[in-house]
Amino acid sequence: MSRIELDRVVVRAATPGGPQPEVTVLRETSLVLTEQRVALVGPNGSGKSTLARLVNGLVEPTGGRVLLDGTDVARHGREVRRRVGFIFTDPTAQVVMPTVAEDVALSLRHHVKGREERRRAAEAVLASYGLSDLADRSVHTLSGGQRQLLAIAGVLATDPDVVVADEPTTLLDLANSRRIADLLLGLDQQLVLATHDLDLALRCDRVLLVDDGAVVADGDPVSVVDHYRATAH
Amino acid sequence: MTSSPLGDYQPGSTVLHRLPVGAKLLGLVAVSVVAVAYRGVPSTTGAILLAVLLCGVARVRLAHAVRALRRLLVAMALLAAYQVWQRGAEHAFVVVGALAALVLLATVFTTTTSVERMIDAITRWLQPFRRFGVRPDLVALAFSLMIRGIPLTLQVAAETRDAARARGLERNPRAYLTPLVIRVVAHARATGDALHARGIGDD
Ligand SMILES: Nc1ncnc2c1ncn2[C@@H]1O[C@H](COP(=O)(O)OP(=O)(O)O)[C@@H](O)[C@H]1O
Ligand SMILES: [Mg+2]
Repeated sequence: MSRIELDRVVVRAATPGGPQPEVTVLRETSLVLTEQRVALVGPNGSGKSTLARLVNGLVEPTGGRVLLDGTDVARHGREVRRRVGFIFTDPTAQVVMPTVAEDVALSLRHHVKGREERRRAAEAVLASYGLSDLADRSVHTLSGGQRQLLAIAGVLATDPDVVVADEPTTLLDLANSRRIADLLLGLDQQLVLATHDLDLALRCDRVLLVDDGAVVADGDPVSVVDHYRATAH
Repeated sequence: MTSSPLGDYQPGSTVLHRLPVGAKLLGLVAVSVVAVAYRGVPSTTGAILLAVLLCGVARVRLAHAVRALRRLLVAMALLAAYQVWQRGAEHAFVVVGALAALVLLATVFTTTTSVERMIDAITRWLQPFRRFGVRPDLVALAFSLMIRGIPLTLQVAAETRDAARARGLERNPRAYLTPLVIRVVAHARATGDALHARGIGDD
């Protein structure tokens, strides 16, 4: 497993035209994550996405440092992004090529040289997710569940060490949520999962409860989820 | 709504599928130039025959060809009526026939050329411009994103219009233009984040 470390991280965002010139999105936070599956839970707007995005440098800290196995994420963004895969809530923005196979091939362009080899590698990836019959389909014609599966296949194709997923099942129906959840929770890679689905959180090894820009509870899934249920109003 | 804006690619292995993209485009340009430069019954007839022949070779589905022509039906009908009135039936045939032939030939091109191959070709054509700082693969990606953006924007437009209608605001352009613009910009930002997360543009 990798070691994800937040060292006195603060995130502030400028809010031009707002009542204050900037808001604190994440108060000073220090954490070390070494568990295989870590869940982030908490109300809307609490700071889950901000925490998740810090891990691969999509959000940069205003103060403090984020380290992946000792490597500073802000300074070595390219290297970190190759090691950390990110899955978004809405796969529409993540899937960018016209067809399914081409989208996976795009992920592979650093790893496999040559168009034919890449095409074959992409087909192998699709086959391993049961998506072979969709290879030449236009991505517009996929269902939400298929599209999210494709987004995940595109991320896993590059074999990252860490997978960060920001509410990956929020837009999906029950059957697709289950499928995606089983896939993510069954990965060999380290997983950081922001979610509103407390059943998913309970299947992780550690849960962080985020509220109003701070981690307010942190520990074993049952006690943190119980605490969240008891204090949510 | 069509599923793909260039839309019409049908996977296959006909000669026309295997021909290089550049050769097909040059051919299309050559026929267009000939049809305009040597305007007349023989060149138009030739272009139509060639178009029909190539549609057959490329196995363009009939419905497909009809759909391509139908998009320009009104324009062609008006043009034909005007030409008949001004210059006579023969001239109308020459002009409208050539137009129809070129539409069919363009359809042959899009039917036999996947976006992937088109992007590959663009990447190759731009290689000489590398020394001026052009990044061919990024240009190709931008092209692909643009193509992908068209149907997405249409879909968002339809959704925001429905939402405005549901609130009885269909006569108020702000009620659907504002959310449309916000959502398109938000999508663009989300796409940027996703590309960044996938390490695209890093190299
Ligand atoms: N760039 C930003 N500018 C202003 N406010 C922001 C920015 N990013 C996040 N916020 C605010 O910070 C809070 C936490 O956001 P986020 O991490 O997305 O929460 P969550 O994912 O838990 O819903 C929200 O109130 C959000 O509006
Ligand atoms: Mg969020």
